[in-house]
Amino acid sequence: MTNAFWDKLLALFSWACALLLVGAVSVIIGFLVVKGYQTIHLELIFSTTRPLDALLFKQQVFDGLFPAMVGTLFLVVLSMGFALPVGLASGIFLAEYAPPRVKWIFSLLFDVLAGIPSIVVGLFGFSITIFLHHSFSDRIFPCLLISSLSLSFLVLPYIIRTTQISLESLPLQVRLTAPCLGATKLENIFLVLLPSSLSGIVSGIVLAIGRCAEDTAVIMLTGAVATAGVPRSIFSSFEALPFYVYYMASEYADPLELTKGYGAALILLILCAGLFVVAYAIKTRLTLKTPYRF
Amino acid sequence: MPFKEKLARSLFFLAAVLSAAVTLAVLGFMIALSLPVLKKAALWDILSAPWSPDHGQFGILAMIVGTLCIALFSLCISFPLSLGCALFIEVTRPGGPGKVLKKIVQLMTAIPTVIYGFVGVFLLVPIVREIFVYGSGMSILSASLMLGLLISPTMILFFSQSFARVPQSDLNAVDALGGNTVQKLWYVMLPHAWRGILTGIILSFGRAMGDTLIALMISGNSIALPSSVLDSARTLTAHIALIIAADFDSIEFKILFICGITLYGMTSCGILLARGLDRKPR
Repeated sequence: MTNAFWDKLLALFSWACALLLVGAVSVIIGFLVVKGYQTIHLELIFSTTRPLDALLFKQQVFDGLFPAMVGTLFLVVLSMGFALPVGLASGIFLAEYAPPRVKWIFSLLFDVLAGIPSIVVGLFGFSITIFLHHSFSDRIFPCLLISSLSLSFLVLPYIIRTTQISLESLPLQVRLTAPCLGATKLENIFLVLLPSSLSGIVSGIVLAIGRCAEDTAVIMLTGAVATAGVPRSIFSSFEALPFYVYYMASEYADPLELTKGYGAALILLILCAGLFVVAYAIKTRLTLKTPYRF
Repeated sequence: MPFKEKLARSLFFLAAVLSAAVTLAVLGFMIALSLPVLKKAALWDILSAPWSPDHGQFGILAMIVGTLCIALFSLCISFPLSLGCALFIEVTRPGGPGKVLKKIVQLMTAIPTVIYGFVGVFLLVPIVREIFVYGSGMSILSASLMLGLLISPTMILFFSQSFARVPQSDLNAVDALGGNTVQKLWYVMLPHAWRGILTGIILSFGRAMGDTLIALMISGNSIALPSSVLDSARTLTAHIALIIAADFDSIEFKILFICGITLYGMTSCGILLARGLDRKPR
């Protein structure tokens, strides 16, 4: 065999793989778009309720996606509320304070945490609920609070990792300038290091939001249900978009419900892809617009 | 001022300890809650018996086999595909088309797993049923195909990253000696990049084992031991999701913690392996 033959074969193989992958993804997205685009209008979300009444929580929406979307929004806000402060602080500790050996142990534990399957995190959240139910109050059930806590465990390692990496990849000049001028370590971190690594950290946070919005395994074990309406408090069960999609795929009663499933799946896909694009834009935009070049 | 510094330092440290405690708390809960079951039945019985609660048998062998089958099979599908795509990005078409493919692959990481499951139920399963005319179409094959697509971005990004780290001077040397692309790949790039490739394989295997929704929605969830790829199977993750509604005090429910600890153990081993590979000097 000549060498050129093998080269051509390699090129052919890589082209075939690339086309196959892109083809498969386009089929998946295309299938959802073709089946779902007709269902996407206000009625899918608000059903027969007036949108303004629903948005002001004056009136419950039945048969619409609105409660599921609000549920997902609450879930994201709450779990990021838990995960962000702890994650950012841990990342700062790992990057700026931890001695090598401590850093090794912590990053090992965070890597393991990142690898735990989400259903196991959900099972953990569920068993905490049972534990609380037995030992404190029998009014504690799987609810929005437990779900968002469990979700925050799931995204914690991502936030820690992106914070740590963004801080560590800053050039030495940036790191040393402020201390040379007399700044303390804390001033250096908050006034120089964090602002300079903001784009990396923020895009990591947006990706973590995406993970919160898409995860189904955790919430199906910790309080997501098919019909709950807009959650009244953090101790009530709730609806969520990904759970709605899962539920429709297995339990749909008639073709009309199924088309709503397609609509919900398409909305979820657009939401997650949108978050990804935002994260990407933040990363490139902020990097490009940084006034100082090092 | 020094007080403020100290306070901040201890707050940061506290946060790190808190996050690390979550990892250990999950492990601790799983162990503590599976102990009562292990007192009643030997671990070996649980790992080897069939699952039939009506006859008092609570073995999870079929689920372990199901998990490994689906994860392995999806790896077999995804590995050649991912290698080809990584080669496309870094070696054969590193310019425009490669960059476009890389963007698409990165975008793929944002697709929710429930979407793969949903499309699997309504598009892939009927196709598999029509082609093979066997069962409902909910099978190891369907789940592995979708799962293969789910894990391919992880693999492709890892592979292309480790190809990109091969020193340019080595590649120039091959060109100067008149070597062709295949020789460059075989004698220079693979020996340099095999650690990264192996790390990518291990991590995506962990992802395939840990995924719940795809297996739950399209593998059929049968509790029998699968005998072919067209058989339906149940994974450990799907088992947890399906049994969770059972009574808290029943043995069925308590077995879930054994499932959980098995999954925890398998994925942690993968992480440790991957870290070990990554740490060695190149």
